[in-house]
Amino acid sequence: MVHIKRLQEEGSDIITPIGEIDASSSIELDLTIAKSVGEGFTKILVDCSALEYISSAGLGVFMSYIEEFKDKNLKMVLFGMSEKVANTFEILGLYELLTIAKDKVEAKKKVHEV
Amino acid sequence: MGTKALSRLLFAVGVITWVALLFTDISVVFSTKRNLPAEIPTWLPGVILNLYLIALYYYYKLKIERDDQLNFVDLLWRVFATGLVATVISLILRLPELLPIFSEQKDPNNFFVIITNTFIYLVNLGMMSGFLIMAFTVWKRLILYQKSKWLLRLWAFFEYALLISLLYNSFIFLHIEWLYNLLLGLFITVGLVLSGNLKWVAYLNFRQKWTSLLLLLLTIFYLIYGFYTSSSVVIEAFGEFERGFVDHRSHIFILSLMIFVMLYSIFSFLVILFNLPTTSVFEQKLEEVVNFQRISQSIQTEQSEESVYNILLETSVSSVFADAAWFEIKNNQHDHRVFTYRISEKEATDIIRHLKDHHVTGVLDQSSDKTKNLSKHLGSLRGSRFRSILAFPIYVKSENIGTLALLKELPEGFNKEMTKIVSTFANQAGISIENFRLLEEALQGERYKEELKIAKTVQKSLLPQMLEKDSQFEIAAFSESADEVGGDYYDTLRINAQETSLIIADVSGKGTTAAFHMSQMKGIFHSLAQSSIEPDEFMVRANRALVYCLERGSFISASFFLVNTHDKKVRYARAGHCPVLYYCAATDKAEYFKDKGVALGMVRNNSYSNFIEANEFVYAPGDVMVLYTDGITEAKSTKGEEFGYERLAEVLMEVKTLSPLQIQDHLISRLYEFSGTQNINDDYTTMIIKFNNEHKPI
Repeated sequence: MVHIKRLQEEGSDIITPIGEIDASSSIELDLTIAKSVGEGFTKILVDCSALEYISSAGLGVFMSYIEEFKDKNLKMVLFGMSEKVANTFEILGLYELLTIAKDKVEAKKKVHEV
Repeated sequence: MGTKALSRLLFAVGVITWVALLFTDISVVFSTKRNLPAEIPTWLPGVILNLYLIALYYYYKLKIERDDQLNFVDLLWRVFATGLVATVISLILRLPELLPIFSEQKDPNNFFVIITNTFIYLVNLGMMSGFLIMAFTVWKRLILYQKSKWLLRLWAFFEYALLISLLYNSFIFLHIEWLYNLLLGLFITVGLVLSGNLKWVAYLNFRQKWTSLLLLLLTIFYLIYGFYTSSSVVIEAFGEFERGFVDHRSHIFILSLMIFVMLYSIFSFLVILFNLPTTSVFEQKLEEVVNFQRISQSIQTEQSEESVYNILLETSVSSVFADAAWFEIKNNQHDHRVFTYRISEKEATDIIRHLKDHHVTGVLDQSSDKTKNLSKHLGSLRGSRFRSILAFPIYVKSENIGTLALLKELPEGFNKEMTKIVSTFANQAGISIENFRLLEEALQGERYKEELKIAKTVQKSLLPQMLEKDSQFEIAAFSESADEVGGDYYDTLRINAQETSLIIADVSGKGTTAAFHMSQMKGIFHSLAQSSIEPDEFMVRANRALVYCLERGSFISASFFLVNTHDKKVRYARAGHCPVLYYCAATDKAEYFKDKGVALGMVRNNSYSNFIEANEFVYAPGDVMVLYTDGITEAKSTKGEEFGYERLAEVLMEVKTLSPLQIQDHLISRLYEFSGTQNINDDYTTMIIKFNNEHKPI
């Protein structure tokens, strides 16, 4: 089960998933990101500090946006992952494809890089 | 002996005894007239008559009681027909009496007249008793149509007592006035009590009732005629003097029978007559029962919910003689459909809107009193032919799913009784719809399960039956999937004497799609790894092939190995798959190979080659390579702790010197021990490769 919070800070949308993202709850994450894009946000931050677990389906959600973001020149930065969650991202090679920051400060810096 | 043969025999016995009776009677009459001593015993005619009666009794018992195909009207028809034959024959025999010449010549002592009279009398008696016994047997069937223990006992008593009374008649010397009266009184009383059983009448429809009335009326007429004839003939034939010998009028069996048959005929006639006006009500009730049955059976036979609704409409309309009906079903706020019967959808929606517009609450929503007459609200709707309306909610699992509305063109067309019936119908319909939905759900679940079963079989068949062997390495592999089908895949393929390729992969997602992607992965592996191919090149090509069939968001993690036994080298590439756990015998350490690699299907353009790299290592005898899927490292204990990488390495260290199969068994048993359950929640897949000395036998 996952609970997703959204708040806006300095022109970027901060999405905070709380709990576990598995095959069924990944749909919620997908909808949230889609909504954020639909509302016209170009800078999206994903706060993963309260994310306990993410399954391959959840990773698939982030992955599925990579190309769209590139085409539309949007930026998404993930930050604050626990070691376990970070490991999952790392193994699948998503560190290469996604922008991942250590904390919010670093994430904000990265999201403003051109 | 068959029933047919038996009934023929009984008929023959009847005819013979009747002829015998004729001769003995004539003989008795003769000897009396001429005051001669009797040549035959005076009790003989009585005994022969009884034999004749018993033969008839069993004859009809066989013919009527055993025939299940006769309905009530058929039975009455039989009685009527027998009566008709008896009466017609009797009338024909009486014709000569009407001729004046014949009657003038009448002389009681004339030999010819005596014979003629005796003959006529006996023909009448024979036909009459046949008719009576026939009627008696038929009445028995009618009376016992709905039987109780008590009724059966009473009837048995009546029947046996009547048969025993035959004995009484056989012996003239037993003729005692008070006993005779007592027996007759007893039979009449019991006959009266039995005549109260007329339940069969209720099962006749209107037409059958009319037919029955006619048949019974004629039967009663025959009975009266028969009674009158037998008494008049006997007086004519024998005068007042010889009664004691041959008069069978006082025969208690025949008399009791006649009274009983008469009583029951009159009772039946009257009851049917008085039941006539209420027949339609009974018929309607019967139709309701049939309709109920149709509704409850419809769930088994009907293909769709729609046909269940249609049956509901049809049956409720026919039960209360409504002119039209509709059934409005609400799936949710916006989605509602109207099924109609003998009314157009437009008309129905017009009425619904009209009632809504006039704020007639409680007509089409259900919180109100159901028996409320809503017809007055229709009066204000112009252009509608309907003047009465009755609406009911349909509940499925105590949730209101829709409204059943019945319409009549007559004003005030629904009475309380009808309201009750439709209310019962609505309840039954709710149950039927619920059952139908449950059945559908069960079927759906069954189909899904079947699909999973197929997917599981496919998945299993995609895994290799045999793994490659070599003098330098040994491989053991294991895969167990959870209830849902996973997409774990491993395989081996020998390229040439020195080179063997290995693969382990994990398809994201579950179920049939996962099994489908897994089969694609297998196809890619078997075509690309045929010849020696650089591991990174393998991944690039695999990615290119998979991009076309993997939907957005799904991917495959894989590790590919090319083992070269000549150079004792392993070249490999890791595409997002769990890092290899490698035990090096020389350093006695187990570690994970962490290197770069993005899973297949994630990068959908040619830049993928930038995200994958090939690496190599040299192996030595005693080294162990453990390949696995994330189901293993992510296996959870009851406390929620993960099995993890460290524990996996520790487990390997415990059994590093054993054969790959032993290592595998140990790992699996530790895994189950850790998770504390036999029901795994993910797929467990491992492939363990142990490198040996070349000289060591496998």
